[in-house]
Amino acid sequence: MVKKETKTAEKAKKEEELTWKDFELGCLITEPGSSARFRTGDWRSRRPIFDKTRCNPKCSLCVTYCPEGCIVKNAEGKAEADLYFCKGCGICVEECRRQAIAMEEEK
Amino acid sequence: MAKRVGIEVSVAVADAVKLVNADIVAAYPITPQTHIVEHLADLVADGELDAEFVPVESEHSAMSVCCGSSAAGARTYTATASQGLVLMHEVLFVASSMHLPIIMTVANRALSAPINIWGDHSDAMAVRDSGWIQIFVENGQEAVDNTICAFRMGEDNRVLLPVMVHLDGFALTHMIEPIIFPEHSEVDKFLPPYNPPVSLNPAKPVTMGALGPPNIYTEAKYAQDVKLRESKKVILEVWKDFDNTFGRSYLPVEKHHSDGAKVLLMTMGSFSETAMVAVDNMRADGKDVGLIKLRLWRPFPFEELREAVKDADVLIVLDRAISFGGPGGPVFSEIRAALYGLDKAPKVVGFVGGLGGRDISTSGFEEMVTKGIEIAHTGSVKEYEMFGVRE
Repeated sequence: MVKKETKTAEKAKKEEELTWKDFELGCLITEPGSSARFRTGDWRSRRPIFDKTRCNPKCSLCVTYCPEGCIVKNAEGKAEADLYFCKGCGICVEECRRQAIAMEEEK
Repeated sequence: MAKRVGIEVSVAVADAVKLVNADIVAAYPITPQTHIVEHLADLVADGELDAEFVPVESEHSAMSVCCGSSAAGARTYTATASQGLVLMHEVLFVASSMHLPIIMTVANRALSAPINIWGDHSDAMAVRDSGWIQIFVENGQEAVDNTICAFRMGEDNRVLLPVMVHLDGFALTHMIEPIIFPEHSEVDKFLPPYNPPVSLNPAKPVTMGALGPPNIYTEAKYAQDVKLRESKKVILEVWKDFDNTFGRSYLPVEKHHSDGAKVLLMTMGSFSETAMVAVDNMRADGKDVGLIKLRLWRPFPFEELREAVKDADVLIVLDRAISFGGPGGPVFSEIRAALYGLDKAPKVVGFVGGLGGRDISTSGFEEMVTKGIEIAHTGSVKEYEMFGVRE
């Protein structure tokens, strides 16, 4: 959506600093896969907190059920949510068989 | 050599679409546009026009197909009227926001109810804010010329916007008129092939019409408005080049004995022809009356309008559409807004008339001018005058 010139020449430009001149004609997206940069995590009102002591590395229920696909396993095989994308729906909490996840209000 | 032939204006418009080598025609027939679409279907079926004719199931689909084909880089044409235009309303905004230069003839017709197939401008005014370039023509020759010009205006890489060419239903679409057709080779020279900077192509993928959240929507809409306003420069350039090539000139605001006249009448579309005769009659009687004809409706020609009315004391505007519960007809209220706050501006009097195909004769226009002058001097409590309404 953002013009190539804007992206390279003014890399420091944050989303909220972009002017109407910085967008491609008709807000066209010329770069495939750019939706990965779309921050969906700012819709969230609650965040998942993972209790590593209760999480079973052999289980992947939360990873499978997360509609955003934002839960990944860390090096120890424990689940973690990428809060850049997590919308705080709480489905992982419902699905976890070991009560290893709890939702906490965003402040 | 250009040929001059007697032909029905609808058929002539379809022939103009053949002259520009349209790639895709997606349209649904509706009175009074039907003959345009029928003739185009014939041209494609007979192999005279190498295009894909998509017989869609509705106008909403017609405009949707047009968006797809234009996005894929095809020269795209459609035509509609009245209910058809308002059925495609939703998709009109998508076409302009995504900068798809679809060219559409609108055979202007009244909106239901009561159902009415005859001409007025209520359909055109209902889509005023859809972001399209809108041009009004007053005879068959202008319809053909501006159909050709519309492709060059819209497809210009500095513009990339869809264009509506408005011609009055029946009063123009169903008339047989003498029309000069340029040679195919001349049109090929005037109109370069459509070469958009970006199109839907699997080898170079793009996304069109993606999500625009609150943090960018304002910027996106402002950019679109700037583009439409800036398109006027190219519109003027195309008309100038058309004049140089084919010898017929077009301007955003056309004048007929208006320079220096103290009283001006203003019309759009086919009524302008009748109004010219009425003005000539009044001038022959020694009345200081002139006519201005608004050809370019979007982008609105502010400078040209202000220049055209600068000497006048009274400006009488005829609308062929009502803005229900609003400040008079849409054209009248925009003209008044465009002139508001100027040091010297004429008093603007608004009439609404010619609705649903009701004719206004030359004597009708003379009566309108007389009444308009009277209202300008005495004032009126009404927002507008309903011309010819039986009370």
